[in-house]
Amino acid sequence: MPELTKSADEAVPSATTAAAGAEVSEDKPEKTRSLWGDAWRDLRSNWIFIVSAVLILLLLVMAAWPGLFTNADPNNKDLANHYLQHPNYGHWFQADWLGYDAQGRSVYARAIYGTRASLLVGAGTTVLVVILGGVIGMIAGYFGGWVDAVLSRLTDMFMGIPFLLGAMVMLNSFTDRSIPVVIAALAFLGWTQTARVMRGAVITVKSTDYVQAAKALGAGTGRILFRHVMPNAIAPVIVVATISLGVYIGAEATLSFLGLGLNGVSWGNDISDGGNSIRVAQWIMLYPSIMLSVTVLAFIMLGEAVRNALDPKTR
Amino acid sequence: MTTIQKVSAVPSPRDAGEDGGPLLEVRDLHVEFHTRDGVVKAVNGVNYSVNAGETLAVLGESGSGKSVTAQAIMGILDMPPAKIPQGEIRFRGQDMLTMSAEERRKIRGRRISMIFQDALSSLNPVLSVGYQLGEMFRVHQGLSKKEAKTRAVELMDRVKIPAAKARVDDYPHQFSGGMRQRIMIAMALALEPDLIIADEPTTALDVTVQAQVMDLLAELQREYNMGLILITHDLGVVADVADKIAVMYAGRIVEQAPVHDLYKRPAHPYTRGLLDSIPRLDHKGQELFAIKGLPPNLLRIPSGCAFNPRCPKAQDICRTQIPELEPVTERDGSELPGRAAACHFWKETIHG
Amino acid sequence: MAEPSKKDEQPVGKVNVSKADGAGARLEDEEVAAIEKPVQRGEPILQVRDLKKHFPLTQGILFKKQIGAVKAVDGVSFDLYQGETLGIVGESGCGKSTVAKLLMNLEQATAGHIFYKGQDITKLSGRALKAVRRNIQMVFQDPYTSLNPRMTVGDIIGEPFDIHPEVAPKGDRRRRVQELLDVVGLNPEYINRYPHQFSGGQRQRIGIARGLALNPEIIICDEPVSALDVSVQAQVVNLMERLQDEFNLSYIFIAHDLSIVRHISDRVGVMYLGQMAEIGTDEEIYDHPTHPYTQALLSAVPVPDPDAREHRERIILTGDVPSPANPPSGCRFRTRCWKAQEKCATEVPVLAVPERFKGTDSPAAHESACHFAEEKDVVHAA
Repeated sequence: MPELTKSADEAVPSATTAAAGAEVSEDKPEKTRSLWGDAWRDLRSNWIFIVSAVLILLLLVMAAWPGLFTNADPNNKDLANHYLQHPNYGHWFQADWLGYDAQGRSVYARAIYGTRASLLVGAGTTVLVVILGGVIGMIAGYFGGWVDAVLSRLTDMFMGIPFLLGAMVMLNSFTDRSIPVVIAALAFLGWTQTARVMRGAVITVKSTDYVQAAKALGAGTGRILFRHVMPNAIAPVIVVATISLGVYIGAEATLSFLGLGLNGVSWGNDISDGGNSIRVAQWIMLYPSIMLSVTVLAFIMLGEAVRNALDPKTR
Repeated sequence: MTTIQKVSAVPSPRDAGEDGGPLLEVRDLHVEFHTRDGVVKAVNGVNYSVNAGETLAVLGESGSGKSVTAQAIMGILDMPPAKIPQGEIRFRGQDMLTMSAEERRKIRGRRISMIFQDALSSLNPVLSVGYQLGEMFRVHQGLSKKEAKTRAVELMDRVKIPAAKARVDDYPHQFSGGMRQRIMIAMALALEPDLIIADEPTTALDVTVQAQVMDLLAELQREYNMGLILITHDLGVVADVADKIAVMYAGRIVEQAPVHDLYKRPAHPYTRGLLDSIPRLDHKGQELFAIKGLPPNLLRIPSGCAFNPRCPKAQDICRTQIPELEPVTERDGSELPGRAAACHFWKETIHG
Repeated sequence: MAEPSKKDEQPVGKVNVSKADGAGARLEDEEVAAIEKPVQRGEPILQVRDLKKHFPLTQGILFKKQIGAVKAVDGVSFDLYQGETLGIVGESGCGKSTVAKLLMNLEQATAGHIFYKGQDITKLSGRALKAVRRNIQMVFQDPYTSLNPRMTVGDIIGEPFDIHPEVAPKGDRRRRVQELLDVVGLNPEYINRYPHQFSGGQRQRIGIARGLALNPEIIICDEPVSALDVSVQAQVVNLMERLQDEFNLSYIFIAHDLSIVRHISDRVGVMYLGQMAEIGTDEEIYDHPTHPYTQALLSAVPVPDPDAREHRERIILTGDVPSPANPPSGCRFRTRCWKAQEKCATEVPVLAVPERFKGTDSPAAHESACHFAEEKDVVHAA
């Protein structure tokens, strides 16, 4: 075949640059597409994500500037408003819109002001859990051997503690149950799942060829962990964290309901109060409950959407 | 112990199907996948046929559509995302695509069966091998548990698994790769089908085991006078066992020929390039010939002949007009039986 | 081609003794100096002696008890000469990939030595090890898993410079990366793309560019083309051959595809169950094999020539490769060998030029670990 070029020096580079040239013009709109970018594109076209993101955004605004939503003071015991006054559904966004509770406080204002505590507890616990569980999981998974054996048994031990019971026992020993205290208690008991997920992901990633390649180049442990292992192992942790954020909010409410939660305005406290007068004034319990359910649902939906975007195979 | 044998894999003339026609005929088959990025045209008008006792090798690289065609025949494509907008798959003259699901099920598994590349993931890890083999008899022939097990042992003997009786209750992971592939073959053979589709049956195996498995497959095919569609990318395996070859590129058949003719005188530049690009075992060549460029992106198949950006013979016509699969003839116009090529310049390529 | 050296000849250079505190730094300087010294073409650059890697089989969770060992590599010796390609072939589980990992220091050898320019790299650490790493690079089998999916091509190829900053000054790196892309036949504008935007063949080129970044002397290629399509394989093989000439590289080319190994290699070693069965020039191994395993392996390779199938003699081995945790006594191949006799079960055959061919000029006179070595051409049709 005389007409076919036999020389690699000519054939190979010219071939690829020719093909490359063709591709550049075709691929122009998607010049760099990182995996995170792909996931983000996926998310934006997912209505579950849009709904949950809008809800969460609204909740965040509520938590940051509750004054935008209500003029009423959640702690103002307005005895002029009769004890257990019924909601005035015509008075949109007014203090008496959703009625008053047993101590004459606006149910609407308390539902708005309760957002901050719930989100702070949820987010704070999640951040702490991801750091604590992530680090423990990464160390156990990456170093293996006896380190893994010790850390894994430690994880098992903590997993054996019933989450709510453990939190109740711990919080019971505090009289001043501020937000950091509640966060610390929840995170102390909640890191195990993240650690397990992280450990599993790290074990998968550390045996891949690109980690071997980095080692072969002489990369140090720090570079391997933070450049190669972590970015590829973090995705399942993000999913778990997003879903459990909602769970921690629920847990905080449960603890407050049991009288072992936050001191101050919180949905859990209001639900607890409302429970006492549920026969005569259902609204006291109803509205904080709705807020709580919607918030938890929004985070669980967000986690679900993120899971689908990061790992399209599960769809 | 080891045997040294003269291989006599000479294709012997075999009987055609009972009714004279081909066993399986694929006509103008199209398959597309609807994805987020667009429509992936995996198969774009494939025609081929297999007779009883015949081995058709479908040769192609990844993305050529060779496996998708087989999956369409077996009815194991996930639809959606896959879609078959047009085409026919005729088994003994009947179009399987227009049959009722019930009729189709009767053919698939019983009359046509399939062997996959990865035997480990094709076998159920929690059921014993004997149970999985026996299941075919229990479900399709209503045999009792005990009878089914006896038949399973017979089958394992048939595919030359040593100590079949003792191993019938073992689980898939207790067998080696070669043995697992034998079990897959046994399963495909269980109901004595008319046609077996083997999708890269030996690619995952070592060469010494590869030879054992290919030999077994060829032997069983002769014994049962089955049709065999062998899907592979390995030109060496094809040369060893095939009667005729269909070369696929970008979802089309670009060349069809009896095995000896194809290797001696390829009529399509792609086939020619493939043959030239494989290194030889029996002598050390110079520089390898390399087909330039990359396999096509099925989302954006080049206009005209899909091979044109990589083809050394490409002219303007190749970029605008899709070449049909036409019969290939001798220089003097006399017929070359079984040969066809989809190239505007097949004359130059074969007689060149 | 270089003269194959005598196996019993001790390699030049010294085996490191444990470092005394004060002399440590000076010793390291010496090591680095030795590693950076150039080697003449045709001189051995890498000498592997009796290399062993046993993976312990353990039981128990917290307190592990060793109950045995998988002898993945069990006494392998060979030389690599400057500028040559040494092919290593064998079936899965023969230990060829473990050899690659040992040479890269990705696994710790159980026993044996790897001398790189006279320095035993199994015992190096610190600066000297880093210098070795710069000079021995690797190309991996699977182009889909060997590139970090969350890094851009520029970051992947530039990573060697981050780890060895002395090779390229910071401002120069982008240019160097683009140059490397060009060298392996990729468009330098692709620098900001991610691996999943490339096809298998292109990814393998990226892997090769990463391997070339530090100007290494040796590249270990572990099945570099077996995951690629036939038409792309040839491109990558040609590229590797061109780079070898251009940058004066020595290759260790590990593969199961015997045809490609013949094409690219100057010398070939055949491994079976953790040991070297036969080693010699490509002609000696392919045209004049003397070990029965080599003969069986070669005869089993499907040849892309339908005319050959009628009259080609094939040796079909029965059974599978035995477990490396419990290899057969004596010769490891004897359980599948048609020549096996009592001697094979009791006496381990050494890898040496067989007695009967010693001193002769015949191409059969190359090292083969068989008690009954005899020449048999299985590749060329009778």
